[in-house]
Amino acid sequence: MTTKGANGSEKNVTNDWRVKVGLAEMLKGGVIMDVTDAKQAVIAEKAGACAVMALERVPSDIRKEGGVARMASIKIIREIMGAVSIPVMAKVRIGHFAEAEILQALEVDFIDESEVLTPADEENHIWKHDFRIPFVCGARNLGEALRRIAEGAAMIRTKGEAGSGNVVEAVRHMRTIVSQMRKLTTLREDELMKEAKELGAPLDLIRQVAKTGKLPVPNFSAGGIATPADAALVRRLGAEAVFVGSGIFKSSDPEVRAKAVVKANTHFEDPKAILEAHEELGEAMRGLDIRQIDEKDLLQTRGW
Amino acid sequence: MGVEGSGERRSGNCSYGSPHFLVEKGDFENYGEGRVKIGILAVQGDYEAHAAMLERLDAASVLVRVPGDVEGCAGLILPGGESTTQMQFLREEGLQERIREFAAAGGAIFGTCAGAILLAQEVKNPRQDSLGLLDATVLRNGYGRQIWSAVVSGHCVWKSEPLEMVFIRGPVFERIGPGVEVLAEYDGKPVLVRQGKILAASFHPELTADTSVHERFLQLAGFPAAAETAAAQRQ
Repeated sequence: MTTKGANGSEKNVTNDWRVKVGLAEMLKGGVIMDVTDAKQAVIAEKAGACAVMALERVPSDIRKEGGVARMASIKIIREIMGAVSIPVMAKVRIGHFAEAEILQALEVDFIDESEVLTPADEENHIWKHDFRIPFVCGARNLGEALRRIAEGAAMIRTKGEAGSGNVVEAVRHMRTIVSQMRKLTTLREDELMKEAKELGAPLDLIRQVAKTGKLPVPNFSAGGIATPADAALVRRLGAEAVFVGSGIFKSSDPEVRAKAVVKANTHFEDPKAILEAHEELGEAMRGLDIRQIDEKDLLQTRGW
Repeated sequence: MGVEGSGERRSGNCSYGSPHFLVEKGDFENYGEGRVKIGILAVQGDYEAHAAMLERLDAASVLVRVPGDVEGCAGLILPGGESTTQMQFLREEGLQERIREFAAAGGAIFGTCAGAILLAQEVKNPRQDSLGLLDATVLRNGYGRQIWSAVVSGHCVWKSEPLEMVFIRGPVFERIGPGVEVLAEYDGKPVLVRQGKILAASFHPELTADTSVHERFLQLAGFPAAAETAAAQRQ
């Protein structure tokens, strides 16, 4: 296998924005699954996942066990990278650019600056333009999404409430982002500055969304998706692909469920196919009522 | 468009523009009377980018998710994405056989990146199933992981100036059969090849502003307007 890049023998050449957003484009229409070891990664790939997220603990375990959640161990990420041929993503703590530099040196394919891990900086996110590896970031509303894009995120995902097995927050966030974008398309040019001010987002990006009605990068959904029907729901609400975290490997039947979520995600507009996907399923992960989660235990409020 | 350079800091001078194909979403499923229709496999990947490209060339397209969707198409595009994910779907949905029939009946097929992998007779790194419609061996991720992805340019037979090429975890054509014509090269390797009505690119023409590769494909599919446009450009 060649060790030479598509850019020739030199590694430090222009790797522009299109290449980062381009990889996000390639993942559209797919399912990205959280995995904690090589065995799970292989199950995910076989089930038709378009990428895997390498983690030490899935969000529901992080929620249960508490403590500081950090970037996964290099050994685990390496094993997962060696086990599958699809892109491998890994998470870093919000603002922890040193962890991100390690993942870039390791050559993971995508970095998730994630609220699921314990934030390393309570004011600033990573300046993602400095990296050659693309980043994905979570968002609950349009302002947050556009701030992350301005910092260099090449993909946005809803935050939802990770590890809850409850899709309600992912739905709330997707509906919020989509309706805020729709609103922008109805405004006059001279009304956009006020929106930029209220959303806390750069004016040029606000203007761009006002013109196109969509984010300038792919818009995926994450956080609480546990069943094929959940995947179909967020796709119908505007998500271009889905992340499934604890939902697969915390269920009673990971192999079957992984395949079923992939099927429903592809045929998200075809209820018969989603019915078929549900036919064989066992018990889903046990979910949490969001109102029973203490305010301080919510993961979605992390990120600024 | 795009962030220049890779290592230097670019505070205050960054750009985060949208790739052109995200700017306008065409109503690509409304194909008009008398227009040749191109199917785009829409299982997973950058099928919207291809649809936007066809829209710019005034060619009608339809998203293909089940075998019946191929009906009435003059050409079929297999987009970029993950070839393992896509191949699995082709098998499970009965599309594998349908696409082979389509090729056997003289339909034109264009695969980019993952699509080129699906078309190849032999796939390595790792070995996997494919449609086997192109006499070639491809090496998956032959240029390396995402950090090696890049925008480059190379020689293309119908252009005097270099053709811009976006490689994203692209495959390498390790071997091509005697009946396969090389239409573009980069770094001494074929990157755009044609065998009969099968066209395959290891890069993503759909992610650039250059429409000429898609025009070539429309010609293969017997699309008269594209042939006229191309002829007008040559004059």
